[in-house]
Amino acid sequence: MQPILRPFQEQRPPPSQSTGFIGWLGANFFSSWFNTLVTLFLLWVIYQIGSFVISWGFINANWVGDSAKSCANTDGACWAFVTDRWQLFVYGLYPAELRWRVDVFYVLGALTISAFLFSFGSITKKFRLTMFIGFPIAAYIFLVGGVFGMAPVSPESFGGLLLTLVIASVGIFGSIPLGLILALGRTSELKVISKVCTYFIEFWRGVPHIAVIVMFVALLPIFIPDGDKIDIVVRAFIAFAAFNSAYMAEVFRGGLQSIPAGQFEASKAIGLSYWKMMGYIILPQAIRNSVPALVNTCISIFKETTIVLLIGFSDLLGIIHLSLEDPRWLGPPHIFSSAYVFAAIIYFVFTYGMSKYSVRLENRSNIQQH
Amino acid sequence: MNDQAIIQFENVNKWFGDFHVLRNVNLDVARGEKIVICGPSGSGKSTLIRCINRLEEHQEGRIVVDGVELTDDLKNIDKIRSEVGMVFQSFNLFPHMTVLENLVVGQHLVRRLPVEEAEGVAMTYLERVKIADQADKYPGQLSGGQQQRVAIARSLCMRPRIMLFDEVTSALDPEMVKEVLDVMIDLANEGMTMLVVTHEMGFAREVADRVMFMDEGQVIEENEPGPFFDNPQSDRAKLFLSQILHQ
Repeated sequence: MQPILRPFQEQRPPPSQSTGFIGWLGANFFSSWFNTLVTLFLLWVIYQIGSFVISWGFINANWVGDSAKSCANTDGACWAFVTDRWQLFVYGLYPAELRWRVDVFYVLGALTISAFLFSFGSITKKFRLTMFIGFPIAAYIFLVGGVFGMAPVSPESFGGLLLTLVIASVGIFGSIPLGLILALGRTSELKVISKVCTYFIEFWRGVPHIAVIVMFVALLPIFIPDGDKIDIVVRAFIAFAAFNSAYMAEVFRGGLQSIPAGQFEASKAIGLSYWKMMGYIILPQAIRNSVPALVNTCISIFKETTIVLLIGFSDLLGIIHLSLEDPRWLGPPHIFSSAYVFAAIIYFVFTYGMSKYSVRLENRSNIQQH
Repeated sequence: MNDQAIIQFENVNKWFGDFHVLRNVNLDVARGEKIVICGPSGSGKSTLIRCINRLEEHQEGRIVVDGVELTDDLKNIDKIRSEVGMVFQSFNLFPHMTVLENLVVGQHLVRRLPVEEAEGVAMTYLERVKIADQADKYPGQLSGGQQQRVAIARSLCMRPRIMLFDEVTSALDPEMVKEVLDVMIDLANEGMTMLVVTHEMGFAREVADRVMFMDEGQVIEENEPGPFFDNPQSDRAKLFLSQILHQ
């Protein structure tokens, strides 16, 4: 055969893909008769839902009032229930004259969140560290008081959004380090440690949370001397951290197992000790791989705080539920549904925020490594 | 037994479950010696060199590295690992760190050098493996050959007395094999003690003082590279060489 030489092809840019808005619509939504049919059907569904939401939630809604009588129009939402009682939902039973302290807590919390959301140039790292360590301390000082001349407030008067946020934060930030330790323990080569951690995880994961909460609150005083002196809210905190740490541990174990054996071998080969290998090489990668499952667990912790209703505390959902039993607000069922729609919106705002933040974390690490 | 030996294996045996992976292996490696180990897959080549820095534990016999016997004593293991560098088939760079950080982390945490000094050492070695311009990239942004050269530099930063190479070119595209082998040849010319598991015959002929042919967990034949490749004595070595030559 004769050798065949083909001319060298120079690189050129891809064909233009911007065909304008109409072209984009055509390509994505109306490319075939079936696609067009689906698009039209979905538009109709969106229109139906949208028009209902607007007429129910806005046009026909009852906005102000102080009893069920103000919500006469049953074709619309009863936001009067929410606007009348929002202070209860936000502050719980926190003494009215001290509510500025809760406001300080909310502001500091927002500041902490923004410290992690935005970049502040050269002080970013210091700012984040300060807020991460300082916020829990400040939160305790302002909310519980009893120091710096601030009147003490019993945690038993916490309620509503305040209680939801406090329990969720304690649950999340208590269970993450505990879960990490348990995951390392479970994957340890020392059989005793591995077994103890495995059974600890299996136990807390296998027992209904309701049972755990009740056990801690009712039985702890019997087992631990002076146990009844531990504040009932603190007992609930411990229970929350305990069973959530079991879930966190499994999340981190999944992350640890995603790290190839070669990473461990290379770390050992350059002489890193177990803790340095874990701290600098394995965990940074394992935690990064755990982020989606981690956020999943955080979201369920946030929504699960309502369980404290069983031991006499009302988080946001609990306090809305209890408020509905107020005789002044007994009335048509749309009061009920409006109250829960409101709760759903608040919960969604927080959990969607968490989810968005996790996507950002994942993207950031992907950009770096690829 | 040779007192000059930097690595000594005495009747070493090891099992993976019931599988007898190392069978009565005896080995003396002199300071500065370069040994190429070859043999069919599953013959125990990798296991043999992984025993030297205790990534694998042997069950019977003695292994002495630079005068220190390998036992369960953690202090000995750390001491050995700081003197033995290892390069792997799959590079095993730390993907969450830049190339420079990959080279600094061990020096800083194990040899306790200040970061600036460690970075200086790291840059020296990156220049030696001709990759200094990639120092701020992440391993995922480099080609296989570049990653493997970084891995070699990472080991060298720890100032090892012995270097172990475990099939370091097997995962590379053909055109990248040479750039890695060239780095290894340079290293050999500087007098490093090297144990190299490889089937690169050209490399073995140019560099090795000795070739060890392993099969079924034992060293079947040992010779200088020229005579070994041109005129193997054992039937197994003849068969093996005929197979890799006909690839």
